Amino acid sequence: MHNYTIAELIKGLQNNEFSSVELTQHFLDRISQINDDYNAIITVTGEQALNSATLADQRLSLGDAPAMCGIPILHKDIFCTDGVRTSCGSKMLDNFIPPYNATVVENFARDGAVMLGKTNMDEFAMGSSNETSFYGPVKNPWATDSVPGGSSGGSAAAIAARLAPGATATDTGGSIRQPAALCGISGLKPTYGRVSRWGMIAFASSLDQAGPMARTAEDCAILLNCMASFDEKDSTSVDKNVPDYTASLGNSVKGLKIGIPKEYFSEGLHPGTEMAVRKALADLEAQGAELVEISLPNSELSVPAYYVIAPAEASANLSRFDGVKYGYRCENPKDLHDMYCRSRAEGFGEEVQRRILIGTYCLSAGYYDAYYGKAQQVRQLIQQDFSEAFKSVDLIMGPTCPSPAFKFGAKGDDPVAMYLEDIYTIATNLAGLPGMSVPCGIVEDKPVGLQIIGNYFDEARMLNVAHQFQQITNWHQQTPEAIS
Amino acid sequence: MTIERKEIEKLATLSRLAIDEKTIADVTGRLSSVLALVDQLQSANTDSLQEISRPFHTSQRLRDDEVSETDQREAFQAIAPETHNGLFTVPKMIE
Repeated sequence: MHNYTIAELIKGLQNNEFSSVELTQHFLDRISQINDDYNAIITVTGEQALNSATLADQRLSLGDAPAMCGIPILHKDIFCTDGVRTSCGSKMLDNFIPPYNATVVENFARDGAVMLGKTNMDEFAMGSSNETSFYGPVKNPWATDSVPGGSSGGSAAAIAARLAPGATATDTGGSIRQPAALCGISGLKPTYGRVSRWGMIAFASSLDQAGPMARTAEDCAILLNCMASFDEKDSTSVDKNVPDYTASLGNSVKGLKIGIPKEYFSEGLHPGTEMAVRKALADLEAQGAELVEISLPNSELSVPAYYVIAPAEASANLSRFDGVKYGYRCENPKDLHDMYCRSRAEGFGEEVQRRILIGTYCLSAGYYDAYYGKAQQVRQLIQQDFSEAFKSVDLIMGPTCPSPAFKFGAKGDDPVAMYLEDIYTIATNLAGLPGMSVPCGIVEDKPVGLQIIGNYFDEARMLNVAHQFQQITNWHQQTPEAIS
Repeated sequence: MTIERKEIEKLATLSRLAIDEKTIADVTGRLSSVLALVDQLQSANTDSLQEISRPFHTSQRLRDDEVSETDQREAFQAIAPETHNGLFTVPKMIE
């Protein structure tokens, strides 16, 4: 059952081939057998899952249940779950049990989806390798000496290891797309504002967005149908109709104009990744799509702009963790100041502290204009590049990341080397555009991803093209050798 | 741009982070390398551009001034490090 896609599982449940309780038990058994090999899931909610599955089976037997009813999924541990620890991968929130559900969690619960547990992640979503988690790194099921990507590495690895058919994730600079690429699965970061962020622990509020991860584009469409909603509780949520993302999956790609940014195929791109991406583009061209070379001239400024804006916003967002109302508090503080400083120094890991310091620096008197103000202006340049490009093309495509998964510790001593891992994904966050990654090849025995960037709220078209690509290729069906 | 040790100490105070004396040289080195990265921004010509803080040019949505939350003090305080008579307790601030 674990090799079925969500679409296949929905049919199986509706045709009574198996019950949600059987399905849930099957995944729980798998998790208990092999999760330790990958460290992808940090909290398993077995009893709760089986209770939800029982209710889902009752609902399914009455007929007319929502598509996700009875389907087991995982939530990234950044989404608050009522009564279930939500750690955000940090010692700071190791003891945090939220008294409410995030809207995304609530949406899935409303439709009867079954939460199997919570996935590991880089601490506060700050990382591209999952090495910054307080709970230890996630291992890539394709090569356990290599990283799964981050920050949603636990969700990506869990799907690749067939521990769940789908999962929620978040993306601030590439945290859905990069791990999806490195683990050989599909993942979509929707347009900023498409999915509610209420109850999703904030990293960089002008960039954060939640999205689905699954094996196929079709499954991502099914998950997004449930995740996307207007939410009055999130002031950045966009009040716009949510289409049925599965309705247009079958459309032809004939006549579609795909922009290929020349800057995404320059120095630093692994030759094997380049070959796989170019082959994928040729496959789409053979289906009738038109490839158009375009330029995004300010691409190289996206990483520097991001590493001002994201830490600046993080330093503000993370000021709430002070040891007063919830979360970690140091032992025997001598006064209030000591309690703040030691709780935060002991509760946050090294990368989180580094970003808080950088953000504080960029926002401090005398440096604000030179860094934060300048980065916000550069952000406009990057947006203009995309709006210019979308005047002549329907979608933009290129690699998701520069190379296949790297080994643990390979970029450990140099934060900048790690930051460049997101070189192709960051610009879409700065512009608020949707981006997706689908598997498009195997390089050095590890998967690589094709990135699809759409115009604002054009997720249906991205999913359509990704689905059509998966009708003519089988990269999304490849399975790590250790997984059967 | 490099950053001085003294500046790190000031930033740590502003950020309410206790910095271990043993790691301060390391932190200084790594922050300097990140600042060298972000210094690339200075090469961009942004003369006529506005600063944008959000991806969309939309104004913040406002809601009616009505009570929408119920009192959940007990639930919130159940997860607090320390409380007393319905209040959050912190170490002494005034001698």
